[in-house]
Amino acid sequence: MPASPTRRLVALALASTALAATALAAPAAALADPVKVGFVSTLSGPPAALGVHMRDGFLLAVKELGGKLGGQPTEVIVVDDELKPDVAVSKVKALMERDKVDIVAGTVFSNVLMAIQKPVLANETFLISANAGPSPLAGKGCSPFFFSASYQNDQVHSVMGQYAQDKGFKRVILITPNYQAGKDAMAGFKRNFKGEVVEEIFTQLGQLDFSAELAKIQAAKPDAIFTFMPGGMGVNLVKQYQQAGLAGQIPFLSSFTIDETTLPATQDAAVGLLSGAEWAPNLDTPQNKAFVAAYEKEYGIVPSLYAAQGYDAAMLIDGALKATGGKVSDKEAFRKALASAPFKSVRGDFSFNTNGFPIQDFYVVKAVKRPDGRYATEIQSKVFDNAADAYVAECPLK
Amino acid sequence: MTAALFFSQLLNGLQLGVILFLVAAGLTLVFGVMDFINLAHGVQYMLGAYLVAVLSAWSGSFAFGLAAGLLAALALGFVMEVLVFRHLTRRDHLEQVLATFGLILVVTEGVRMIFGSAPLPFPVPAALNGTVTLFEGLNYPVWRLVILAVGVAVAVLLWVLVNRTRAGMLVRAGSTHPQTVAALGVDVDRLFLFVFAFGAMLAGLAGAMAGPLVSVEPTMGDKVLILAFVVVVIGGIGSIKGAFVAAILVGLVDTVGRAFLPDLLRTLVGKSAAATAGPTLSSMLIYLLMALVLSFRPSGLFGGRPS
Repeated sequence: MPASPTRRLVALALASTALAATALAAPAAALADPVKVGFVSTLSGPPAALGVHMRDGFLLAVKELGGKLGGQPTEVIVVDDELKPDVAVSKVKALMERDKVDIVAGTVFSNVLMAIQKPVLANETFLISANAGPSPLAGKGCSPFFFSASYQNDQVHSVMGQYAQDKGFKRVILITPNYQAGKDAMAGFKRNFKGEVVEEIFTQLGQLDFSAELAKIQAAKPDAIFTFMPGGMGVNLVKQYQQAGLAGQIPFLSSFTIDETTLPATQDAAVGLLSGAEWAPNLDTPQNKAFVAAYEKEYGIVPSLYAAQGYDAAMLIDGALKATGGKVSDKEAFRKALASAPFKSVRGDFSFNTNGFPIQDFYVVKAVKRPDGRYATEIQSKVFDNAADAYVAECPLK
Repeated sequence: MTAALFFSQLLNGLQLGVILFLVAAGLTLVFGVMDFINLAHGVQYMLGAYLVAVLSAWSGSFAFGLAAGLLAALALGFVMEVLVFRHLTRRDHLEQVLATFGLILVVTEGVRMIFGSAPLPFPVPAALNGTVTLFEGLNYPVWRLVILAVGVAVAVLLWVLVNRTRAGMLVRAGSTHPQTVAALGVDVDRLFLFVFAFGAMLAGLAGAMAGPLVSVEPTMGDKVLILAFVVVVIGGIGSIKGAFVAAILVGLVDTVGRAFLPDLLRTLVGKSAAATAGPTLSSMLIYLLMALVLSFRPSGLFGGRPS
């Protein structure tokens, strides 16, 4: 692989005039070491689009805050985990030992998060997930130094299970890739769906052609299908589902398959298809309106939930730093500050449970073509209100 | 299971096979004729999809996008041959693998820098977006039938070109007896230049045909490349006929395996064991097929030369 872009993004960027003014007002503060955040994201390989959204959401927040978090000059060091757990671990160790970061944030994928959580949490460095939410960290493996600005993985699948149940669907076919996350998705769906699962179809990871599976679905005529097909696989499935004439006929329920990272590619083929999510660009909160407008202006594309979570992660850190006067060194104080969720999430209702995972609302969202010609997801209905995850009882933290 | 579903799955298998043939045809031509291992073939497939997607969107016409995209793919083939491949034709395979692997990295990263890592839109041309009812209750996408037709047309065209034309005769002769052909006054290097560029255009055509079905992203060629090599090796290196038969075989085995193996296993070993074993086994089937073919015919189904 080419040299990975370990870009140092020095967000100290205070305009020279502003710097002079600060220096006059508070010379001590201006000389203080900046707050250092190591941001781990997947920026190469096929799923790089997700990592780019998440990183851009985070950096947008830092930029809006004038290059500061909690009023402190902030340095964000972005590293590419290449979706390789071993690469992520060595880069994160360098972040902690060489760069002496105060906080590690990011991680799109659960396998990367599971690999880095051990060294980071053992070092008592704060770890804030902007996407991945594996169950071990919510349950027995929870840590006082871990907080999630996203969700627990199962919840998004359960949203669709509950929706299918509420809709009175009797017969559903599940189709996911044949690996752990695919099996977890099916389990998450079935937790809330009580009807009949006609068939569980496992596909190859990275599968290109779904004609065999779609013919099966067509022949079985289920009330709906549920799928979890992240990245390019999802684009393949959505295009072929529409081409097979199934899009208008059999409801398509999904998780992490249709969002603003894939909609520019699937376009009309995805319109009308449903997903579970805890956020959508049209969620009606003042913070969200401002965020979506700013993101579209800055990057020229519609933000996805990865971008929103990245943005929230930065706002969470900002709020906690404000509460502690910009200090991370008193870990107990910083932990307490984080746990109080001292920020206004773009999602509206947001508080932390005892395991560091959010208590929040979940929705069914639908892909639409907006009047301005862009494609986005829109909230269709709320499925869970102030929902906690299923593993919090196993977490010994109080 | 109904007969209609069974036939529909057979058709799906044929159709996947034809896509694989389109990808593998150019590869086997270059591999067989020039004895050149071109790992960058997948990149040429990706470039074809990108070129046609971008040019179609820009012009608003798929026909124009396809024509201009294929010409551009052909031109890129000439450029790559002159810049890179020409200097590697008489080197050993390891050097070719290293150089073309480098080309994969450079081109993939270049495309990512220009277009970003997010997949590009490539909708089915409006006139061909729809389904036809082939069997009672089973609709078949028109675009897949188009792919089937294009694949068969390319197969026929290639067969005629290679077996019935003077150029084809030179290509066949050049692959087995390059010195003799050169001694007769034929410019073998120039011949290979055209073969290579034509192979690049075929890869581009495959990308353009597959584009509406799959995610058009910088790494889309990587996975296809492996399948194309499986097809080429099963068919016999350099044999167009072999590539066609092998592609159809691989397409059928893969599709029928995915369609029926889990059900078959369920009746044999029970539901829970089948749920885990079924998909794993069906994803291995084509490699098992390759191992089986090679154990009986080490140079592939239609491979002439011992490998």
